[in-house]
Amino acid sequence: MDNTIKQLSIFVENREGQLDDVLKVLADNDVNIVAASLADTSDYGMLRLIVSDPEKGREALKNSGITAMLTDVIALRVPHTTGSLSKAIHGLVAGSINIEYMYAFANGSDAAAVLKSDDPEKAINILKATGFDVFNAKEAYESNIVK
Amino acid sequence: MKIKLEDWKEQYRDEAVECMSTDEMHALQSEKLVKQVKNVYENSPFYTKKFNEMGLRPEDIKSIDDITKLPFTTKEDLRENYPFGMLAVPVDKISRVQGTSGTTGKLTLASYTEKDIDVWGECVARGLTMAGLNSTDRLHVCYGYGLFTGGLGLDFGARKLGAMAIPMSAGNTQRQLMCMEDFGATAFACTPSYAMYLAEAATEAGVVDRLQIKAGINGAEPWTEEMRAKIEDMLHINSFDIYGLCEITGPGVAIDCIHHAGLHVNVDHFYPEVLDPVTHEPVLDGTVGELVFTTLSKEGMPLIRYRTKDLTSITHEKCKCGRTLPRISKFVGRTDDMKVIRGVNVFPTQVEAALLSLGEDVTPNYLLIVDRENNLDVLTVQVEVDEKYFSDEIKKLEELKNRVSNVLKDTLGVSAKVQLVGPKTIKRSEGKATRVIDNRKL
Repeated sequence: MDNTIKQLSIFVENREGQLDDVLKVLADNDVNIVAASLADTSDYGMLRLIVSDPEKGREALKNSGITAMLTDVIALRVPHTTGSLSKAIHGLVAGSINIEYMYAFANGSDAAAVLKSDDPEKAINILKATGFDVFNAKEAYESNIVK
Repeated sequence: MKIKLEDWKEQYRDEAVECMSTDEMHALQSEKLVKQVKNVYENSPFYTKKFNEMGLRPEDIKSIDDITKLPFTTKEDLRENYPFGMLAVPVDKISRVQGTSGTTGKLTLASYTEKDIDVWGECVARGLTMAGLNSTDRLHVCYGYGLFTGGLGLDFGARKLGAMAIPMSAGNTQRQLMCMEDFGATAFACTPSYAMYLAEAATEAGVVDRLQIKAGINGAEPWTEEMRAKIEDMLHINSFDIYGLCEITGPGVAIDCIHHAGLHVNVDHFYPEVLDPVTHEPVLDGTVGELVFTTLSKEGMPLIRYRTKDLTSITHEKCKCGRTLPRISKFVGRTDDMKVIRGVNVFPTQVEAALLSLGEDVTPNYLLIVDRENNLDVLTVQVEVDEKYFSDEIKKLEELKNRVSNVLKDTLGVSAKVQLVGPKTIKRSEGKATRVIDNRKL
């Protein structure tokens, strides 16, 4: 889908060293992590990552027996101005978009808010109509890598 | 290619025996039992002693109906007389031994004469015929070869049938699939849990359509109808349940026919009784109890009323396939595998059935872990989420977890802690699957 990016979603079982194993596989395969969010439940965690090469990351994890999938998410460009995120979300709510989860990371001179919604296409249209921009895949995956 | 029931052509290996009238079978069994009782009394010091202690004379046994007068034999008896103390022939006459890897110390050893192996092969061949196979078939055997009876038992059966045996033994799934395809195997034999694993691997590798397998001979551990349906669907085959234990002979003691209405016992060689586990009195047809066998034809290590610890029920009604061989139901479990959790009897097969009732969202791979916390039994069930269902949204996973939890509570009658684990993370077994870990120190 246009303008959405691929998030690498990883099922992390609740046992010693599991997170370490996941990160090591990515490091060994030269997959850089741009942003991360770890949600935990009592017996497993869900690690959501924006990485330099999501396909490669998923393949490498799969080969190591770790369950991962790619999820379409939106990387919203949020200018460093008070109230900008509020304004963006307000527009989405007004357009009846559900947000499943969100996390943010600094991306160049702006911040990026990663949003998972039930209707990403509609969400992007609303965001654009209300004066916001979204990062494309290349910008999201690579912009934080120090050259 | 799976054959539909309406297109099935039933074939018999030994119609005279398999479809014998009740009266004739009664006479045959009586004659064999009288002979066997005399034999063990005269040739097996273990039974001589046992009979004498009970004041029982071989002449007291006049027909199969007198079987209840005979003493039981248990696994402990075999252990105490390990390795060759239960023989009724000199050790020189033994041409083969097989055994089970007992997890508690010494293994259980069974000894066979040449004739015993012949009978064994014949019983397996009956089963293979029941599964629709004949001399033109190629049987890929991925039961382990060695002391375990699975591999060699199926091999002996294929030889009797005149079919081609492909002795793969267990392990190396990729190689199994390659050989299955290259050699044009038309049937394969392994445990249901490994069949499931092979089916998953074949599906993943996209080779299912290139295989020529039509039948699976999948026994040696308790499993469910739901699991059979899943294996049949994934591989497009008919899957048959085979049962046996090395003490009695190995696989081939019983196998189910296309009607899957219980496993036909080869009662001309192995006389089954189903007894109340507590009172040891025979139960009525259809009632679950402990399965007990008397080997009517065995020479090497004949056993009288051997307590299998397997729980099942029996029916003597003639089957739709035409056979009169009585049928034992799919196993409920073993008296050993049954776990008493907060006073409720729980069998791993119940968990399997419950999980399969949820359809595609979870796989039938699971592990039961029993712990005791603050003097209370806690049952944890680890369940694999199917790759297709796996989601990055926690609420979807939690919803699945609740569904699993509810169906388990309904089926087991006791609540269980559900722990979701990633696809393919529960250790697959190439032999018998480990389904229960009991950490309680009782």
